[in-house]
Amino acid sequence: MSATLSRRNALAALSGLAGAPILSMFDAEAAPKAYTLMPQKLTDGVWMVAGVPEAINTANGGAIANISILSTSEGAVIIDTGPSKRYGEQLRVLAQSLTGKDVARVYLTHFHPDHVFGTQAFPAESVAATEGVIKGLTELGEGFSAAMYQAAGDWMRGTEVVLPKHVITSSVEDIGDRRLRLLRMKGHTASDLAIFDEQTGIIFAGDLVFLDRAPTTPHADIGAWKVALANLGGIPHTMIVPGHGPAEDNTRGLDQTRVWLTEIDAIIGQAFERGLDMTEAIALPLPEWTNKIALARYEYERTVMHLYPKLEAAKLPKVGGRG
Amino acid sequence: MKVRLILACTLATLAGAASAAEDPMHSPVWAQLAARHFGTTPYVYDERVVVTVPGIVENQAQVPVTADARAVPGVTKLMVIADLNPIQHVLTLTPGPSAPYISFRFKVEQATPVRAAALAADGVWHVGSRYLDAAGGGCSAPAMARKDADWTETLGAAQGRIWRDGSGLARLRLRVRHPMDTGLAKDGTPAFHIEQVEMKDENGASLGTLELFEPVSEDPTVTMLLRVQPSTPSVSIDSRDNNGGVFRATVPAPWKSSQLANP
Ligand SMILES: [Zn+2]
Repeated sequence: MSATLSRRNALAALSGLAGAPILSMFDAEAAPKAYTLMPQKLTDGVWMVAGVPEAINTANGGAIANISILSTSEGAVIIDTGPSKRYGEQLRVLAQSLTGKDVARVYLTHFHPDHVFGTQAFPAESVAATEGVIKGLTELGEGFSAAMYQAAGDWMRGTEVVLPKHVITSSVEDIGDRRLRLLRMKGHTASDLAIFDEQTGIIFAGDLVFLDRAPTTPHADIGAWKVALANLGGIPHTMIVPGHGPAEDNTRGLDQTRVWLTEIDAIIGQAFERGLDMTEAIALPLPEWTNKIALARYEYERTVMHLYPKLEAAKLPKVGGRG
Repeated sequence: MKVRLILACTLATLAGAASAAEDPMHSPVWAQLAARHFGTTPYVYDERVVVTVPGIVENQAQVPVTADARAVPGVTKLMVIADLNPIQHVLTLTPGPSAPYISFRFKVEQATPVRAAALAADGVWHVGSRYLDAAGGGCSAPAMARKDADWTETLGAAQGRIWRDGSGLARLRLRVRHPMDTGLAKDGTPAFHIEQVEMKDENGASLGTLELFEPVSEDPTVTMLLRVQPSTPSVSIDSRDNNGGVFRATVPAPWKSSQLANP
């Protein structure tokens, strides 16, 4: 393998064995980091760069989300830009080498930082997103940036929040010989874009679909999310590319995401109805099947912290006020 | 005065060392904090005092914590301290007839040991500790002060519910709307926080008192285990802030209104 990959392995090993202080000493003297982007060909003219099924950390540099590349007669189409400026720059080079053309269009599926912080590497005019995504980035971008620098460290060097300049208003876009249907949905966030490629029948679901990796919920509306999943399931398709997890030619991602959301929502709702506080809800057991899901415990814990305050505000009876 | 403080510190450390060796958190500031909060009263490290915090901090302004000293007999005070917070003393529960147990949320600036100290019948502070790792999830914006235009309208508005069963303990969950300003914000907003909460039964008998300090999160949301008579129809809660605001809530406590969760 490349020198880059072995260096990343070495870093991962260091962080696992020797602990953080040594890792950061090592980092301070190291050359700029490079991601190892390994495109997986899904079908002719379509590739996915898989994210690792991990939380964002200083070893993976935030490269946890799936990124897709499509070739068209007009140039490459990229779906999501990854976690950092450096990732975006490498992604652009990769897209050029795979398609033999420069990038014609970039779509952002939603405003989460692991999907959009590589945007800086592309001309803002070519980057398309919904109004909701642009609004989310405007409001939360700086906060995300601070959180990403904290979680991923040096990989983020030079990364800044860039707002897309192409606002998606239509439900179909033709990029060269490829017709893409732009499905504006919500549930994972207030604005989630799923993309259906008419030529291949592939759905690029963004974070509306997770597979074998627990869904994240910091901005989720679980009811709306389940509606979006049902709507996606109603579209005849050949394959689903989830935001996190493997691309498969079945409905496992749709089903697993729906079941996870339903079961986790029920556990948390019942905990609230039994009078438990957050730390007590966090300690509850999860269904057996989730043992096979990466980050199940971690994301469940986060979801308790996301949902509990909303439940309390909405459901605790009013009992008084000013004396 | 300074000398006396240092002396107290030394004594406290020795008392702790005699029975429970060194600080399990190896905190550089703990000996000083213990001296400040315990004075010359001895303390021991005691795993029966359980502090529970999440493995990750999702929102630095709302970190859930449970302090539970029910396994220690005769606890008359339960104090929560976060070593590396700008204001370390988070709250103190004086449980009276009720259980030395509290769940709530607080604000953190950085990773820190979190302590629950229970003053027990033996006249010794029993200290349980847990390390809170403040690494965030990366997907959530860090905490920002909420600037609700209408906060004055909701100030002191309370929500709550009580769960009961035959054990005599009633589980109270209470949420009171309040900005809980620390006074440390760069914009110069002065400290403005609820400082005392008292729970009483229908005859006015105290069911415990809670002192809150600046680190307690906005819109304080707490869970407590109150010892009430089966016949008690409701629990009244009087809260007072440092600005003279007084807020009263009455939470119905009907017998067997729902099952008590007792984790
Ligand atoms: Zn997401």
